Amino acid sequence: MMKRLLAVWHARNLEFLRDRPTLLFTLLLPLGVVIGMGFIFGGPPRPLFTVGVIGNTIDTHANPFLHERYVQSVPIHSEADGLYKVTHQSIDLLLDLEGTARYWVNTDSPKGYIVEKLLIATGSGARRQPVTGQAVRYVDWLFPGILAMNMMFSCLFGVGYVVLRYRKSGFLKRLHATPLSAFEFLSAQVLSRLSLIIFVTAILYVAIAAIIHFHSAGSIALLLLLAVLGSLSMIALGLTIAARFASEELVGGLLNLLTWPMMLLSGVWFSIEGSPRWVQWAADIFPLTQVIDAARAVMLEGAGIGRITPNLIYLAVTTLVFLAFGAWSFRWRVE
Amino acid sequence: MRRVRPGDAVPEIAPILEVHNLVKQYPSVTAVDGVSFAVPEGTCFGLLGPNGAGKTTTIEIMEGILPPTSGEVRYRGEPLGARFREEAGILFQKTALQDFLSVRQSVALFRGLYGQGLDVDEVLKVCALEKLASRDNRKLSGGQQQRLLLAIALVNDPKVLFLDEPTTGLDPQARRNFWELVESIKARRKTIILTTHYMEEAQLLCDEIAIMDGGRIVAQGAPQQLLTEHFSEVLLELPRHEFPEVARQLPLKLIDASDRVEISTHDLDGTLRALIEARVPLRNLRIRPANLEDLFLELTGKELRT
Repeated sequence: MMKRLLAVWHARNLEFLRDRPTLLFTLLLPLGVVIGMGFIFGGPPRPLFTVGVIGNTIDTHANPFLHERYVQSVPIHSEADGLYKVTHQSIDLLLDLEGTARYWVNTDSPKGYIVEKLLIATGSGARRQPVTGQAVRYVDWLFPGILAMNMMFSCLFGVGYVVLRYRKSGFLKRLHATPLSAFEFLSAQVLSRLSLIIFVTAILYVAIAAIIHFHSAGSIALLLLLAVLGSLSMIALGLTIAARFASEELVGGLLNLLTWPMMLLSGVWFSIEGSPRWVQWAADIFPLTQVIDAARAVMLEGAGIGRITPNLIYLAVTTLVFLAFGAWSFRWRVE
Repeated sequence: MRRVRPGDAVPEIAPILEVHNLVKQYPSVTAVDGVSFAVPEGTCFGLLGPNGAGKTTTIEIMEGILPPTSGEVRYRGEPLGARFREEAGILFQKTALQDFLSVRQSVALFRGLYGQGLDVDEVLKVCALEKLASRDNRKLSGGQQQRLLLAIALVNDPKVLFLDEPTTGLDPQARRNFWELVESIKARRKTIILTTHYMEEAQLLCDEIAIMDGGRIVAQGAPQQLLTEHFSEVLLELPRHEFPEVARQLPLKLIDASDRVEISTHDLDGTLRALIEARVPLRNLRIRPANLEDLFLELTGKELRT
């Protein structure tokens, strides 16, 4: 038995070692992840709670609460801005230290609940103020992110592996012998996946909204337009990966390389308010960030088309750029 | 350019495909090394050769699938372009189709990629696939699979049809069945380019053949003409164990095969007399004319390639 096992083990090792792009990628990816993690999460321990303090600068000696470990304070320019951020889960608590200390907290936010206990325990003496207007529940805040993340996985993995399989089986080579162009083929893949994703996302939306009793503040038609443009952009991104490679391991690795940072930095699970500016800037490049920002604006605040036009334009432009790049670098057959 | 040999008739039909000095170089090997020929419209042209001779590389360059390192292919006098793609039908050596599609849906998919073509039902009928129309394309036998791929190659009613080793791996019955199909297509005046290593297939279907070896054409012409050119002799075959050692002293051209001895001669009467005088038993003697297989082996060698 050992002999047979060793024979297969050896042959598989050779196959892996001789697949140069995959080997290189397998070695470089962990290195990249370590360096990236070091940049993002290195340095002092990450704060667990983000507290907005009204004022242009923060005097951390003004209140013992601000010395607590895992509490990060960010300056907030106005009370109105701070209240908006509290209700929309961007910050966990808003503090005003001018005169009699006051604070505002979103009681629907789990982190807000805990950080309030911490504030009271430190004996800061701040008084709780009523939060006016509709506070956004965490589950409502999470909803657009979850939908968009599901879309992202379906877009990237759904087309990436399919095109790879077509190439490896020789089906693409057969299509190449017909008048079909690379752009036509890729566009057909995009449209096929798009209709599927919109169908699935619509079902998910209706089902989850019914379960959590959610009502979108903004137009459903606008959300549909956003979902279409967002899906297009992410499917086209998946095609740029699938355009030329013929190794499952390499394509799988590259797709993971794209999906993980998007999942962590696009604000699906938590707001990246308070992160270094360059992290926020990098996150804005991802189509997923654009989709989630716009979806939250429409679903939670009832934003109209004017407010999310920059996001829509960004998604449309990236779709064209990714598709053009995919068509340009496309390979019909295994080289 | 068509190689004009002494005694060749000047081709009357304009070539539909011309191959000019094709070269395909890979880092470690020259797969095609200066190949030129022309295919007149309505004929069947066969590329023959052992494995690795460069047949598939040549046909894939002709199909516009592989770019040549140098040289060019012209279709109706023009470089391969949109018109060629519309008018060419291709059957590759290996093709996978899209999963979960029935036979009819697979044909319909390809029909949708062409402006002009045949009705899907008509193609299914031509390739005897009507009864299999609703079957999943992955659940076909080898012969049925090849018929489906042929149907896909015919769906645009092509002017020129490329068949790359279409019957390799088929059982003898499926092979004959496939040949009948190709003959019916030939009867419709389609131009066919065929690669094969079955000499019987080439002899049956091809009007003209080119034998390739090491990336070059080593002989070209009509099958019968090539045989006449290379073999004015007939072959006598005798079982080896019945061939006495003394007979080896006779002034005969002997070829030893594993179980038999072949004698190649111009003078059949004289050779037979000599064998009788040497008391060689003749009850298992077979006399046959040389066929393409003999020509193939003579030109490309009999020894195993390393």
